[in-house]
Amino acid sequence: MILETYPSVTSDFLKKQKNCFANPVGYNVSQGINGIFDELLNGVDSSEKFFPFLNDIIRIKAVQDFSPSQAISFIFLLKQAIREELKSKTEKKQLSEELSSFESQIDSIALLSFDIYMKCRERIYEIKVDEVRRMTFGLLQRANIVYEIEEESDLESATLLTQNKSSTLTKVLDKKG
Amino acid sequence: MAEPKPEELKPEELAKIEYKPPKTGWMDTPTVFKKGMFCYGNQPKFLKTVGFPNVRSWSVLDEDWKLPENWQEIFIEGLRERVGKYRSFRLFLDICVRCGACADKCHYFIGGGDPKNMPVLRAELLRSIYRKYCTTSGKIMGKIAGARDLTIDVLKELWYYAYQCSECRRCSVFCPYGIDTAEITILARELLNLLGLNTHWISAPVAQCYMTGNHLGLLPHTQKDTFDQMVADLEVVTGIKVDVPLNRKGAEILYYVPSGDMFDERGYFLTMATLLYFHEIGLDYTWSTYLSDGGNFGFFTTNEVAKRLNAKAYAEAKRLKVKWMIGGECGHMWRVIHQYMNTWNGPPDFLEEPVSPFTGTKFENAKSTKVVHICEFTADMIKHGKLKFDKSRNDNLIVTYHDSCNTSRGMGFFEEPRYVINSVCKNFYEMPENTIREQTFCCGCGSGLNASEDMELRLRGGLPRANAVKHVKDKYGVNRLACICAIDRAVLPALMDYWVPGVTVSGVHEMVANALICKGEKERTTDLRNEPLPGKEAKENV
Repeated sequence: MILETYPSVTSDFLKKQKNCFANPVGYNVSQGINGIFDELLNGVDSSEKFFPFLNDIIRIKAVQDFSPSQAISFIFLLKQAIREELKSKTEKKQLSEELSSFESQIDSIALLSFDIYMKCRERIYEIKVDEVRRMTFGLLQRANIVYEIEEESDLESATLLTQNKSSTLTKVLDKKG
Repeated sequence: MAEPKPEELKPEELAKIEYKPPKTGWMDTPTVFKKGMFCYGNQPKFLKTVGFPNVRSWSVLDEDWKLPENWQEIFIEGLRERVGKYRSFRLFLDICVRCGACADKCHYFIGGGDPKNMPVLRAELLRSIYRKYCTTSGKIMGKIAGARDLTIDVLKELWYYAYQCSECRRCSVFCPYGIDTAEITILARELLNLLGLNTHWISAPVAQCYMTGNHLGLLPHTQKDTFDQMVADLEVVTGIKVDVPLNRKGAEILYYVPSGDMFDERGYFLTMATLLYFHEIGLDYTWSTYLSDGGNFGFFTTNEVAKRLNAKAYAEAKRLKVKWMIGGECGHMWRVIHQYMNTWNGPPDFLEEPVSPFTGTKFENAKSTKVVHICEFTADMIKHGKLKFDKSRNDNLIVTYHDSCNTSRGMGFFEEPRYVINSVCKNFYEMPENTIREQTFCCGCGSGLNASEDMELRLRGGLPRANAVKHVKDKYGVNRLACICAIDRAVLPALMDYWVPGVTVSGVHEMVANALICKGEKERTTDLRNEPLPGKEAKENV
C-alpha cells in the first residue's frame, strides 16, 4: 500500500526487486514497516522504540517528491490496513474499544513521524549551510579577511593556523555525531 | 462536472485519491519543476566569456526562458547536424528496443522513484523529438511511432532531466546493445547549449577555467599562497619542510590535479599528502599554475568547449618541456584523458613514453596519452618496495572504497587503488558486489550537479551509494570512505551526514602520506588533519 503511493512503474520495481542494494527504498520501507508492526503488536508503550524504523522510512521520503503530509501518510495507511483486515472480527467480537486504543497508539507514532520529518528537512538545510560555510571559510582565509593571530616564528603561526582549521573541522565532525 | 463535495466521499476513497498518482502515459504526464531538483540557470557574463549563444539573464522558474524566436529551428538543425556527424549518436537513438534492462539501474530512479529518471525514458525524451523530425515513420505516424512535437514544455522537460543525469554510465553496463545513455545526455546538453540553456554551476566554472586555467578562478599568487600554507601545515605535522616546484621548466614530470584539491577541505589534505610523498621520494616534477585544473566542466557543455578547455594540458607540458605527466585523484578528468584527450588535443608526440624513474616500469597503458594515474604510479612503487609504511598510523580507520564512475566505468581502473589502500591500512572492507567496481553507484553529483541548490536531487541520487556504505558501517564499523575523485571528496561528506553519520571521507593518498615513513621526520603524533594518531591521543591532550 505504501509502495503504491509511487507512480505505477516505480511501485512495480519497488515491489519486485528484492536485493536490498539494488532497491534500497523498497527494502528500507518494508523492513521499517515490519518493525513498526512488530512493536505495535508487542504493545510497546514508549514511542522511542519506533524511532529507528520510522527514521529509515521518513529519511527517504523527506528527499522524494512528497509533500510533508504525503510523506508521513503511510502511518495512517496502517489504520486502513488493520481496519480492512479485521473488519468482520471487530464487528462480531465488539473489539472496537481495543481497536480505538490501538489506533491512538498509531496516532502517537504519527506525531513522532512529524518530528522526524522536520528533523530530516532541517538536516538538509544544515548540510547546505555547512557546505557553503566550508567554501567561504577557505575564501575568507585566502583573501586575508579573517583575523589570524600572529606569532613571532612562522612555525608557531602555522600551528595556530592548523589548529584553527582543525577546530572548524572538529565542529563539523561533532555535528555529524 | 462539479467537483464532489468532501462529505460525498468515504474516507477510504479520499485516501485513495491522494495516495496513488494518476496512471497516464509518460508523454501525457506533465513535468513539474521542483525546488531542490535543479540548479540555477546560467548568468549572461559567463556565457559571453566562452562565446555561447543567446546571452541573456533568465531564471528556471520563469515562464519565459527568453529563447530566440527561431529556437525550434536551431534545436532541430542542431540535432540533425549531430545525428549526421556522430554515427554512435544515431545508432543509440535508433536501436533501443525499450527492453527495460537499464530502467532500474539509475541511482536517481532507485533513490527518487521518478519514472522519467529511468535511463530508457530519459533518453526517450530526446528520441521522441528525433523521431518526429529525423525519421519518416515519426513524421507520418506521430505519437504512434513514439514521436512528438518540440514544444516549449517538451524543451523544458528535456532541460530538467538532462540535468538530472550524472553521466555515470551505470545503465550502459546493463544495456544488451551497449547504448551509452550518458552520450545521449551529453548530446542533449550540447543541443540545449545552442539555446543558451545551461546551469550557473557549470557555466561559471567553464568561463573561469577559460580565463584562469581552473574552475575556481584561482590566480597564480593565490595558488602560491595555498601551497605555502600547506608547506607550513606539513612542517607542523611532520617536521619536514617540503619543496613545491612551481612552473619549473625542464622537470621530468608535470603533475596536475583538479582545482578542488586546492580549495575543498579534503582536497587540501590530499594535496598536502602528495607534496609530502613526492618530496620524500625525490620526484623530479613540477606543478603548473596555468594547468591548474585537470577537471573539465566544459565536458558538461559542448564537445567544442571541452576540447578548448583541455588544450592547456598538452600546451603546458610542451611549454615546460617535461617528459611525461602524472594525473591526480580525479574523476571526469580521467574519463577525458582516457577517452577524448588524444583525439581532441593530441597526439603529444613531443612527450616520452612514461617510465618510472624509480622502478624502471614502463607504463605501456599510457603510451598514447603520456599521462599516468597517481595510483598506478604509487602501486608500482609499493610493489617494488620503494616506500616504507607505518600502517599502525591508520589503525583508527576502518576503510571502504568508493569506485568513482569515471575511473571505474570510464577507464576500467579497479585494482590499483585497492592495492594501495591495503598496503597502508590494516582495516579494509568492500561494499557489496553489486555496488562497486563496474557496477559502482554514483555519488549522485557528477557531471556538474554538485551545487547546493539541488540538494534533494543529490541526496536521492546518493541513496544507493550511501545505503551500501551503511551496510559496511553496521557490519564492520567502517568509518572512512576513500575515493579518488574531487567531486566525490566534495560531496560525499554531505551524503554521509544525511544517510550515514559518522563516516568521514578522504582521498587515497591522504592515507598513504599518513603511513609513509619519511626521512628526517619527527615523531608524528597527529595525522595530516592535525587529529591525534591512534595511541597518541593522551599526548595530544597535554
